[in-house]
Amino acid sequence: MYAFEFQKPTSIQAAVEALKDDEAQALGGGQTLLPTMRQRLASPGTLVSLSGIAEMRGVCRADDGALCIGGGTSHAVVAQEAAGIYPGLAGLAARIGDPAVRNRGTIGGSLANNDPSACYPCAVLASGARIITDRREIAADDFFEGMFTTALEQGEIITEVRFPVPEASNYQKFIQPASRFALVGVMVAKYAGGVRVAVTGASEEGVFRWTEAEKALSDNFAASALKDLTVSADGMIADMHGSAAYRAHLIKVLAGRAVEAAA
Amino acid sequence: MQTPLKTTLSINGTRHEIEGDARLTLLDALRDHLGLTGSKKGCDHGQCGACTVLLNGRRVNSCLTLLCMHDGDEVTTIEGLGTPDTPSDLQRAFVDRDGMQCGYCTPGQICSATAMIEEIRQGWPSHASEGLEGEVAPTPAEIAERMSGNLCRCGCYPNIVDAIADVIAEEGP
Repeated sequence: MYAFEFQKPTSIQAAVEALKDDEAQALGGGQTLLPTMRQRLASPGTLVSLSGIAEMRGVCRADDGALCIGGGTSHAVVAQEAAGIYPGLAGLAARIGDPAVRNRGTIGGSLANNDPSACYPCAVLASGARIITDRREIAADDFFEGMFTTALEQGEIITEVRFPVPEASNYQKFIQPASRFALVGVMVAKYAGGVRVAVTGASEEGVFRWTEAEKALSDNFAASALKDLTVSADGMIADMHGSAAYRAHLIKVLAGRAVEAAA
Repeated sequence: MQTPLKTTLSINGTRHEIEGDARLTLLDALRDHLGLTGSKKGCDHGQCGACTVLLNGRRVNSCLTLLCMHDGDEVTTIEGLGTPDTPSDLQRAFVDRDGMQCGYCTPGQICSATAMIEEIRQGWPSHASEGLEGEVAPTPAEIAERMSGNLCRCGCYPNIVDAIADVIAEEGP
């Protein structure tokens, strides 16, 4: 790991100030960034820890019914505190990594990193959530711009994520047992205005919406509605854990399971 | 050369002030600065769980966090859970059940299991639970899922699960 300066501000405003330095990098729970720095794949001049900012932690309900999660909230807290409001999301959070990782890793960190196999991007996209930063609000559909790439500007901090709560939802994760990332993960969320389906772990472009399935499920919310659909293997991730065709196949299988399990 | 940072925190009930480079991990601080070598460095990137400690009561990988992030925090290591003369219930159960072969992962397993039992008491759900709410049944599948962050390369999992199940049965979930 290369040397860096360390700062731990206690307010969003102070963090934004500290991140104006081009060499500065925000640090959430550090479960991805610290190993990345240790491999010398990242070498920020200054690390700005967001873990001292109390106003960025916690789960609450907005006046419009949306579930609000502070950007610095750990997966373990979401798994516990969102369970009664949005069980599909709480179930997803309860399966990220392992328990020690869930106690440190944060929703803001996961979204800002946008790992193509991460779970949270899938929930945000399937829920049409809004990402609140220190300077603006970004719709889920505009946030994810490809593998490890988001709409965030240099120094921009995710302070909160607002999830519209669906009538029914479920996340199915085909786990890669060594990394505990999703080999493929599919989240289905049914809203009054229609069904949204998001897929992680499969595309080389990162998380995406499976719009054909959304259309079919909006007409008929049943696994059988998917039976005539196919997913092309073009652009799917292929590695030692699964071929592109295998991942494409898993998307449909998992989407069906998610619909059956949706509650 | 970066300025050394001073971090003050409580470790096993004792206040420590440690000065070190910003890169110093909590694990290296424990082992190299304080001589608390119970916490082990297995993989050093959050995969194996041998370095698990309790941070403000919650289990974390001490290799995946920097000391300087923890000013004012409370850390408990395997040394703080019990001693050879007065072992904790889990420490005793691991010995009784022979829950180890080489023993390298054992401090992490016991720290992790200590926090896990507390999580079950508080009703935290897991992937293996029937539902997200309600009482958690400490079945072998449930324990295995909840201990999934701690690897044992000797493969002593059956005895580790037995040791943990013993303590849950004795103390009640």
